[in-house]
Amino acid sequence: MITITDVHKQFNTLHVLKGISLSVEKGKVVVIIGPSGSGKTTLLRCLNALEVPTSGSVQIGDVKLDFSKKVERTSIPKLRKQTGMVFQNYNLFPHMTAVENVMEGPVTVKKVDKEKARAKAAALLTKVGLGDKLDHYPAQLSGGQQQRVGIARALAMDPQVMLFDEPTSALDPELVGEVLKVMKELAQEGMTMIVVTHEMGFAREVADEVIFMDQGVIVERDTPSHLFAKPREERTRQFLQHLK
Amino acid sequence: MVPSQKYQRNGLVQMSLSSLFENPERLNRWIDIAQSSFLPLLKGALLYSLTIAIASFFIGLIIAVLTALARLSGIKPLIAFARFYVSIIRGTPLLVQLFIIFYGLPSIGLMIDPIPSAIIGFSLSVGAYSSEVVRAAILSIHKGQWEAAYSMGMTYWQALRRVVLPQAARVSIPPLSNSFISLVKDTSLASVVLVPEMFRKAQEVVAATYEPLLVYAEAALIYWVICFILSIIQDRIENKLDRYV
Ligand SMILES: Nc1ncnc2c1ncn2[C@@H]1O[C@H](COP(=O)(O)OP(=O)(O)OP(=O)(O)O)[C@@H](O)[C@H]1O
Ligand SMILES: [Mg+2]
Repeated sequence: MITITDVHKQFNTLHVLKGISLSVEKGKVVVIIGPSGSGKTTLLRCLNALEVPTSGSVQIGDVKLDFSKKVERTSIPKLRKQTGMVFQNYNLFPHMTAVENVMEGPVTVKKVDKEKARAKAAALLTKVGLGDKLDHYPAQLSGGQQQRVGIARALAMDPQVMLFDEPTSALDPELVGEVLKVMKELAQEGMTMIVVTHEMGFAREVADEVIFMDQGVIVERDTPSHLFAKPREERTRQFLQHLK
Repeated sequence: MVPSQKYQRNGLVQMSLSSLFENPERLNRWIDIAQSSFLPLLKGALLYSLTIAIASFFIGLIIAVLTALARLSGIKPLIAFARFYVSIIRGTPLLVQLFIIFYGLPSIGLMIDPIPSAIIGFSLSVGAYSSEVVRAAILSIHKGQWEAAYSMGMTYWQALRRVVLPQAARVSIPPLSNSFISLVKDTSLASVVLVPEMFRKAQEVVAATYEPLLVYAEAALIYWVICFILSIIQDRIENKLDRYV
């Protein structure tokens, strides 16, 4: 489903990703943890080419991009259409209502008929518990509600995989639960998900696999029960110790 | 020479003011001229001043957006061209630009009629000044907005048109509506390239009646009323836009 091979990313002299290889099967939920600056965000952004890797290849579904060669400009939107991204700061479009935010991708990118797109957007918003907020602007919604609109907006493109970058870390503690609940439901429905998060409870409960990253490499990957109970690497142990 | 000229001008005004109240005929004449010139002046304002301002403003805005995008494109020749254009328009008087377009270009075989000349001059001016406003507005949009648009597979132009420009437009409406009001007043410069707009009409009336104070004041009053109405419309638009963003 998703295969990344030897991905490197350098910002000028700063070597942020140092050869990441990873494959994720369809329907699996992978949680990425690691200290600040270890490259988690950069890795997610390389998956949809918001950040163009310096070298290595990324394959999602049947779209494969090899960044070691020259990448065709038209293939980048193709890769992006395979992925849905949920941002830490939601990044909703403030000039559009909730339902317009969710319709926007299908209408503009996929040229779906407006009425069809609206009906589907309304259904998705209902699914994330916002059926009564369709015509609200982002500024009229709480952080948790905005993030759920963000999830619905990503789902509207029927992505092969959903990428979450710390989706709850900008939220007040009492709003975290409503977003995690939506994510759990998605996982149960069989969505392939890659989630960067500090929510260890979510990782334990939902993840098929947890990946620990540090200084641009994958230090250790395992099932949550193994990784949390008895990590093999010293660095993982220290990081988990630190969290407690 | 100079002192006596000054004396003459003072004498003229004093004569008018005092004779106005002593001499009912003079007052009647003023009322007559004000009445008979009002419609031609208003026609000049609505048909030419405002129309030319609106047309130039929209063409100018398109130029401004393209210039701003060129400045932001990262493509060296485009950036240089945009900078050159903005620099040359901002560094020379609009009056001189209008003279070059209308009186200068015919000597290389480019004859442009008065109204198109005025619209070209004003559009280029709006384009240059507003490009800075538009550029700042585009830069003020958080880069997360671009990323959200890109992450759903939008192209640069789709992200620009659907996500960034609508937000940038909201940011730039207050400064742009100020420049529109300035432009309405600047259209009086079109009188020098023979456009029959309000100020030229006023000059014609003065030539026929020798009542400069009355007629120019009447023209000023009409400009003021138009700009006053425009500023009320501006306030309404801004209030409406403030609501959700
Ligand atoms: N556009 C960029 N230009 C230069 N350096 C960058 C850029 N983006 C990220 N970096 C650097 O790359 C490193 C990894 O950043 P990244 O955001 O991927 O870390 P992270 O693991 O997501 O950290 P956090 O937990 O704080 O979100 C950091 O040192 C960061 O400063
Ligand atoms: Mg991060």
